[in-house]
Amino acid sequence: MPLLEVTDLRTHYYTEAGPVKAADGVSFTLEKGESIGIAGESGCGKTTVAMSLMRLIKGGAVVGGKIMLGDLSLLDMEMDEFRKVRWERISLISQAAMGALNPVYTIGSQIVEAIRTHQQCSKKEAWDRARGLLSQVKVDPSRVKNFPHELSGGMRQRVMIAMALACDPDIVIADEPTTALDVVTQVQVLRLLIDLQKRLDLALIYISHELSVLGQACDKIIIMYAGKIVEMGPTAKIFSEPKHPYTQKLLGSLMDIHAAGAFPESIPGQPPDLIDPPKGCRFWPRCTTGEAICETEEPALVEIEPGRFVACRQLNKAINE
Amino acid sequence: MGIAPATDDGSTKVQDQHAYFKVNNLRKLFPLNKRGQFWGKRQYIHAVDDVSFEIKKGMTYGVVGESGCGKTTLARTMMHLEEPTSGEMLFKGDDITKFNRKQMTSLRRQMQMVFQDPYGSLNPVRTIHNIVAEPVRVHSIFDNKRDEIDKVREMLEVVGLPSDNQTLEKRPNEFSGGERQRIGIARSLILEPEFIVADEPVSMLDASVRADIISLMRRLKQERDLTYFFITHEFGMARAICDRIAVMYAGRLVEVANAAAIVDHPLHPYTQLLIDAIPPLIPDENWGKTIPEGEVPYFTVPPPGCRFNPRCYKADELCRSEMPELIDYRNGHYVSCHHVSGPGQIKK
Repeated sequence: MPLLEVTDLRTHYYTEAGPVKAADGVSFTLEKGESIGIAGESGCGKTTVAMSLMRLIKGGAVVGGKIMLGDLSLLDMEMDEFRKVRWERISLISQAAMGALNPVYTIGSQIVEAIRTHQQCSKKEAWDRARGLLSQVKVDPSRVKNFPHELSGGMRQRVMIAMALACDPDIVIADEPTTALDVVTQVQVLRLLIDLQKRLDLALIYISHELSVLGQACDKIIIMYAGKIVEMGPTAKIFSEPKHPYTQKLLGSLMDIHAAGAFPESIPGQPPDLIDPPKGCRFWPRCTTGEAICETEEPALVEIEPGRFVACRQLNKAINE
Repeated sequence: MGIAPATDDGSTKVQDQHAYFKVNNLRKLFPLNKRGQFWGKRQYIHAVDDVSFEIKKGMTYGVVGESGCGKTTLARTMMHLEEPTSGEMLFKGDDITKFNRKQMTSLRRQMQMVFQDPYGSLNPVRTIHNIVAEPVRVHSIFDNKRDEIDKVREMLEVVGLPSDNQTLEKRPNEFSGGERQRIGIARSLILEPEFIVADEPVSMLDASVRADIISLMRRLKQERDLTYFFITHEFGMARAICDRIAVMYAGRLVEVANAAAIVDHPLHPYTQLLIDAIPPLIPDENWGKTIPEGEVPYFTVPPPGCRFNPRCYKADELCRSEMPELIDYRNGHYVSCHHVSGPGQIKK
């Protein structure tokens, strides 16, 4: 049995114009110790999936689907019970480290608070543990007495990682953890996250719009477009043989610094309106290989090889023939 | 219609293309509010420290560096949005360092800026018409509404946006990030400037949209014979569009060379670090293991020696005591490192 099983997750946000179908039938599984990356443009629903797992959706609701963590059905739990799952079993590293830390408390007291809210232990034990967590993320433990503004961006993000690890979770969700950081700091934090994930045997869900970053950090990659998964598979396969036209275009838009004169290609057009999404394939209006049938009939996510899923009618047809 | 040159003699001075835009020993210090001690000397942050370079007409000159290295301050100082502390700036032979407000206003018809944040740099309550037309109003270019609106339409078409009445009356929140950046570019170009300072124009956009904006900027450069000064933190971006790249660290230029040369043969250890930090397109699980710890510092009292020495794997006694000069290593490939000791010589 997988550690986490998400089936047909549907999350809507409510607006005056109608519900925005931000996640529309997302299914995937996550094994213990596995790292999975979710990629896509802004607005594709990748953060919505993460927030649905944490049950932190604001201005909307999970309207369908199932999230199983072992035997626990997360969406059916009472909020009081779920709070035990949140942080103790699934924790979150969010994008904006400055916004996520309280500016008027020291980082130590914030880590201690996280520990003591969830676990029975003395203040002294909690402070010792906070220092231990800081050294685990390569921040000098004497920094416990510092306020967030006294730390650099990279250090604050490390503190966020320390907090996410405070209660020994099984699953860590990292939502664009390095996006706001500088190039060199980004590598340092990413490397730290990969090393911790391996050493602590964590299951990691890594969300980023940068496919090349996910390539280094994840075993498996999910490509999302307009609220749906369009392709999913082992990282090496996604990079070497992308199947879905959108994945191919996404890879084509990456910059190759060593290819002289090479210039990345853009993907013409824009993601569709998710209040009233296209009837057929959602990528159809931007697809260069689409046919008439793609406009009207939605492609299913089909397993074309073990562990390799693609939602494209063109491809499925080619395989069936 | 059409816009006359800003100064009467503007067209005659261009000829020496080596001195299109030249910066000599530019320095910009920001005072810190707190003094070291009550009676102590006021402390300063050295944001731009003794920077010299020159931009030739028609080129795209890129500055690459991490946040806090001083690249945005450099761009803003060149636009006179910050007053330089010392040093001089020459634009087409004119010393613009000491230009007053009035002189700067007329100069801004030739120099314009494209900003980083397409969300924050457009006034949310104004219509697209008003936003794009603002520069021509400030400079009182047209005396009637009809000419103005024609020009606004023309600019929207130039940047690839619809120019119908409906679009003109929309407000920024009705546009995507990429479209907003196009509006920002239309506003920058409406005065028909020749020199554009672009501060991270695509860093807040999705990868799929970035390429669009960059190819728009490349097309505009050709069509309008523009010269770009391009600030970015992404080496890949700089490589793709710049002719020449300068790498900046802690307020100083550490390496300057043609784009291909600096990417294929980086000489300064910091440049090498920046290039190593780019994720490869083929997944590699060992990537990033060689990246050392440490971040960009800023200094109130710059330490003696090379600014990069605390993070440098090559650093030795000389690096800790003496500041290296920016020297020509080979054919205009400049580097500021004691381990590049003279033309064509590298100490291991």
